[in-house]
Amino acid sequence: MAVAAKKKATPPSELGREALRVKGFWKTCKWLILRRFSQITILALFLIGPWFGIWIVKGNLASSLTLDVLPLTDPFVLLQTLAAGYLPEMTAVIGALIVLAFYMLIGGRAYCSWVCPINIVTDAAQWLRTQLNIKSELKLSRANRYWFLAAVLGVSAALGIIAWEFVNPVSMVQRALIFGMGMAWAIILMIFLLDAFISRRAWCGHLCPVGAFYSLLGKTSLIRVNAVALDRCDRCMECFAVCPEQKVITPVLKKNGRPTSIIKDINCTNCGRCIDICSTEVFRFDLRFNDRVGHPADSDPAEPVKQSHQREVLP
Amino acid sequence: MNDSEKRARQSRRRFLIGLLKGASAAGIAGLGIGLYAGPARSLPATAIRPPGVNDEDEFLAACIRCGLCVRGCPYDTLKLAEVGEEVPLGTPWFEARKIPCEMCEDIPCVKACPTGALDPGLTDIDEADMGLAVLIDQENCIAFQGLRCEVCYNVCPVHGKAITLELKPNKRTGKHAFFIPTVHSDHCTGCGKCEHACVVETATIKVLPRHLAMGEMGNYYRLGWEEKQKAGGSLVTPDLEHRYTLPEGQRYDYEGQGLIREQQGDDATPFGNSALDTLNRGFK
Repeated sequence: MAVAAKKKATPPSELGREALRVKGFWKTCKWLILRRFSQITILALFLIGPWFGIWIVKGNLASSLTLDVLPLTDPFVLLQTLAAGYLPEMTAVIGALIVLAFYMLIGGRAYCSWVCPINIVTDAAQWLRTQLNIKSELKLSRANRYWFLAAVLGVSAALGIIAWEFVNPVSMVQRALIFGMGMAWAIILMIFLLDAFISRRAWCGHLCPVGAFYSLLGKTSLIRVNAVALDRCDRCMECFAVCPEQKVITPVLKKNGRPTSIIKDINCTNCGRCIDICSTEVFRFDLRFNDRVGHPADSDPAEPVKQSHQREVLP
Repeated sequence: MNDSEKRARQSRRRFLIGLLKGASAAGIAGLGIGLYAGPARSLPATAIRPPGVNDEDEFLAACIRCGLCVRGCPYDTLKLAEVGEEVPLGTPWFEARKIPCEMCEDIPCVKACPTGALDPGLTDIDEADMGLAVLIDQENCIAFQGLRCEVCYNVCPVHGKAITLELKPNKRTGKHAFFIPTVHSDHCTGCGKCEHACVVETATIKVLPRHLAMGEMGNYYRLGWEEKQKAGGSLVTPDLEHRYTLPEGQRYDYEGQGLIREQQGDDATPFGNSALDTLNRGFK
């Protein structure tokens, strides 16, 4: 099938314009809106207790009790207590196993893009960065976060403490909103400035060991993004531009002989922004087994290719 | 050296440099967190932990800072340490002078804890050990001025055991008594109700961590009277009873009464009324 080849990548100021024209507002912002809804709802569930006395969820992301029956515990925090040499009670262990199972199914880093409150801060920083067209001067290695993860567990073991909780901005911010702000706004500001002006996607994409931990959890996750209709791709590179973990997306976009159509990289956060932004609807959420490569057509048979995706020439 | 050898060498070099870079990142982060968290885990003396914390070090390994104990507390006593406070970040604590622990019988804070950082073995709140009340300032405690206060004694939930009133004569007036509040470490739970209720401007009785509040005698001191009782008799050869050479009509009670003058009649002093009589005694 002949697809009009795009001549060059979309400039940052025009990201999403084509998708809006072709697909309309909802399909261009669907996953972003759902994600914000999820993040804000989860935060709100924690907040309506202390703010309005409506106790659906008590505690915070480290450990919580929902409707006085469902315990949920952050497995990364619990791993640090184990490293520190403490054997926790069953409630926490059960809570951690539930969370562990959940993220092993829906994608480890879905925590980062659908739950973590810091994501709103770093996404805002990235938005500003794009608007002001700020270029990265400082390049960090994405491997750093895994080294940090090892360091955190090492310090926990060496000092017998839950090391990351002394500095963790994720729980700090959430705790600040639920239990009292203190100086936590300074931490939010630090991360915002770091991501907006110092280095692209520095915190979530390069440094945060919590994200690294959840990445490892997502190794087997059932739900993944599938570049199901690569034949429709017009090389506008908008998916690459909006992706917070750009490296994950390149393998599935190779026109000739891509190894798989599924984004299996553990660093993919399942944010769905690539699905939104793609005007030709190359991507969709899928089960990890539905690999298109090797499939007779290597395309999406369900939907006929739309002809309206041809780009408008902008003045 | 051929090309493939060169390439292998280069890739080996890249691999090792990558490893070095990563390890350095881990080192910077690890040392940074370690150096920061080391002193950051010390607890100020005025911060009191909830019931069920047996050991601060173990607590910092076990507490995941979820705040469920705070939610369990019906009196808003507990709070989580905020960013910028001196208490280890996110851990539960309270200030006795602001809101003390009310020592709930069902101990809801301990029940709410998911990890057991607050020891679920604590089922009797009277066994709690959050700290130890110390009457830290005798100069400003009004009981030491001879005033009847006794507020700390009266509010104490372990009433009559953790704080008792010890009566001491007031030598200034010669006829009144001091009612001195005295804390007993084996009963005090450190709830802080005494500190909260203390009537003077700044509390003169304060709850401190036990390691600051208590000294240690050392095992080289043995209390002879207790050892004697335990053994059912003296452990060493009994001392010969000491005798004073005393004037007539006087004896000495070694059990505590001290000097006793056996008087016969109003003017029966052992010396008589006149110095001459005394000098001539025995010659008559």
